[in-house]
Amino acid sequence: MQEGIVLEMRGICKFFPGVKALQNVDLTLREGEIHALMGENGAGKSTLIKVLTGVYQKDEGQIMLKGIPGAVSIRSPQDAQNQGISTVYQEISLCPNLTVAENMYIGRGRGAVSWKKMNADASKLLDSLGIPAKANQQLDSCSIAVQQMIAIARAVDMECKVLILDEPTSSLDEHEVEKLFKLMRDLKAKGVAILFVTHFLDQVYEVSDRITVLRDGQLVGEYAVQDLPRLQLVSKMLGKELDDLSSIKNPEDEISAGRKDEPLLEVQQLHSTAGIKPFDFYIDKGEVNGFTGLLGSGRSECVRAIYGADRVLGGTVTMNGKKIRISKPIDAMRNGISYLPEDRKRDGIVGDLSVRENIILALQVMKGFFRPFSRAQAEKFADEYIKLLDIKTSSSDTPIKSLSGGNQQKVILARWLLTNPVYLILDEPTRGIDIGTKVEIQKLVLKLAAEGKSVTFISSETDEMLRTCSRLVVMRDRKVVGELSGKELTQNNIMATIAGGEA
Amino acid sequence: MSEKLKTTNGGVGSFLLRIVRQQIFIPIAALLILVLFNLIMDPSFFKITLSTNSAGNPVFSGYLITILDNASELAILAIGMTLVTASSGGQDISVGSAIAIAGSVLLRVLCGTNSRPEVLQAPIIVAFLACCFVAMLFGGFNGILVAYFRIQPMVATLILYTAGRSIAAWINNNELPIISDPTFGYYGNFIPGIPVPTPIFIALACMIIIALVLKFTNLGLYAQAAGINAHSSRLNGINPEVIKLISYMILGICVGVAGFIKVTRFSTINYSVVAKDIEMDAILAVALGGNALSGGKFNMGASIFGAYVIQFLTTTLYKLNVTSTALPAYKAIVVIVLVVLSAPTVRAKLSVLWKKIAPKKDVKEASADAA
Repeated sequence: MQEGIVLEMRGICKFFPGVKALQNVDLTLREGEIHALMGENGAGKSTLIKVLTGVYQKDEGQIMLKGIPGAVSIRSPQDAQNQGISTVYQEISLCPNLTVAENMYIGRGRGAVSWKKMNADASKLLDSLGIPAKANQQLDSCSIAVQQMIAIARAVDMECKVLILDEPTSSLDEHEVEKLFKLMRDLKAKGVAILFVTHFLDQVYEVSDRITVLRDGQLVGEYAVQDLPRLQLVSKMLGKELDDLSSIKNPEDEISAGRKDEPLLEVQQLHSTAGIKPFDFYIDKGEVNGFTGLLGSGRSECVRAIYGADRVLGGTVTMNGKKIRISKPIDAMRNGISYLPEDRKRDGIVGDLSVRENIILALQVMKGFFRPFSRAQAEKFADEYIKLLDIKTSSSDTPIKSLSGGNQQKVILARWLLTNPVYLILDEPTRGIDIGTKVEIQKLVLKLAAEGKSVTFISSETDEMLRTCSRLVVMRDRKVVGELSGKELTQNNIMATIAGGEA
Repeated sequence: MSEKLKTTNGGVGSFLLRIVRQQIFIPIAALLILVLFNLIMDPSFFKITLSTNSAGNPVFSGYLITILDNASELAILAIGMTLVTASSGGQDISVGSAIAIAGSVLLRVLCGTNSRPEVLQAPIIVAFLACCFVAMLFGGFNGILVAYFRIQPMVATLILYTAGRSIAAWINNNELPIISDPTFGYYGNFIPGIPVPTPIFIALACMIIIALVLKFTNLGLYAQAAGINAHSSRLNGINPEVIKLISYMILGICVGVAGFIKVTRFSTINYSVVAKDIEMDAILAVALGGNALSGGKFNMGASIFGAYVIQFLTTTLYKLNVTSTALPAYKAIVVIVLVVLSAPTVRAKLSVLWKKIAPKKDVKEASADAA
């Protein structure tokens, strides 16, 4: 191993049934560096971290650690910790009802505990890292940021050589992020190698020294931060080379250039509890538009606010010229708005219920509590949509959870098509779905628009958006930063707007 | 010929497998075991005789009638408990105490302040409705704690479990009213001229009502959706909190009806023992019916059937001269077997075992074919 290298992963492969989660991925961490691990959803970041921390066992490849000759094997998270690899997860995994010191030393002492010594040690460490907390303070009386720092302090004190921070900033405000970065820089100065996973581009450029980019389970490359401008980073994450992008240009886009006088739906200064900056948005009748931006940029939060899925804090919604109030999903449904959620498992399917019940659910709720569909009617609806969308299921009685992801998604799509909405919001409808189904869904979207329905389409795949949308709202760091339509709609423009800054 | 044999074998195997997978299989199997046990021990267990009671009316008697009669309250409670379990993924342990309250309200309305009334102070139907209404309010109290304050059902209902019997005693100033009007006793015993105990009819009426409710409303669909995935239910326009509240209130009404039966059986009440430990039997009925106690999909018929199986077990044990103090220990054995059998890890192991046995059979058949 070269001088200065703390950890080396070579040719790491990890397979799950039917999925190659990681293929030949390399990662090198050097002493005293902050290394950003970047990639879109499904790129393999979390799988790589789980391999590194022993949650998953790698199928192929080698892991080498400084000071240990030959490859090491990491069998469990405990094992990883013993070898000096510590992780701080997005969700804090400390005990809120214990004191700060107890949290830092819990599960590490052997036999009797000297409380006095523990508190003294903790105080010293907190001081040296500049963490504003007292050793004997109860943990939940600290802010989230401080709790995060205490989790880091705990990790650091276990003589870690490698510290993995998985989305540490997602629940922090700007001021708190600044404090966390100071701590990270201090640790870096002490020679710790930090692997930093985040979705926020600005933060990557603020603290990182190096960037490793993953895409679709494969290594795209490792770059020094100054060699990789934002625009390039975005293009590498999305997998589009800048040169060959300009050729994809959809001539149909120009159709939408002229605006009709009154939009179907218009929102002004809408914001919700999900923490997005107030935004304006409109959609015309028969239009397909979309929200784009990197994961975590707030695209889902915007449409969730429109649908009433998150609690709306302010702003107005106007539909067909009339002001309406949407405070909960049923209000949106009654106004003809449908929402296919991003997280299919959590928000979409009702797992144990049958395909039929899942299909009729939304229409049934709209029809009313005291007016259930007859079994025959429900079966008719279900069979009609199973056929229409070519849902592969043994019968309409099959529990939806036993279907494949793509077919589950079609069931949810059927659910909303059945309600005959005027405005359909599709949040990542093609995620985790095979190519054939993806194309089907895209075609369906265009067909719906031709029938006069309005569709908002959100996807992580830009070319999918380019193929279907005539106008894109671009988001970065939870605010709307631009809008592209007609001739402006090119990969280059989108990426430039997403990247912002120097691009 | 061997081929024919094979297909019939396979048919029987898959038929058995299908039956075993049916949710109602567990309570039916339990009942069959109990029936078989009683047949061997004493076939007279199943004898039903028509005799005259002390009032000179013809009545059916026999263990089977006792079971059907005594299971009435439990079957009614199982209806509400099933809904509560499905929608909230937890159970209401206060139903026994709530029955004491409901019964106390019933007597208070009928007796007024006099604990030995010459004439009833209100029509029985009014008292019955008042008792159901109050029980529904207490159910609503539990429901609000569970749905809106998101307290674990068992903890939320622990409050009423603890306080309920004191509240019941307080409603009647700690007196134990006795009703002398013979018509009151009709509801808990026999109506003159009808040889079948009245509680059986009341339970039947409740079952018909819940069957109609499940058929003509979306209660079943909503309760299951809310119990399986509250997030997606909300995005589909269902209000999971309201559904939980409603299911607790329905359980409350069931408690009211069960309380009515309990009190009319003896025309009086004993606050500290009335319907004691019935909550555990009600929960057991739901579990015995093969319903997941963590909520979600439910089978109402299986729960009700489970209630009768439990009463069958209780009566069998009584007949074997097991004292009432030792009864819970025997029931505990049944619970242990059930819980272990329905645990996911055990189920997974069993299905692996099944798969191991099944191909072996095929191999045997194949070798038989070859021979």
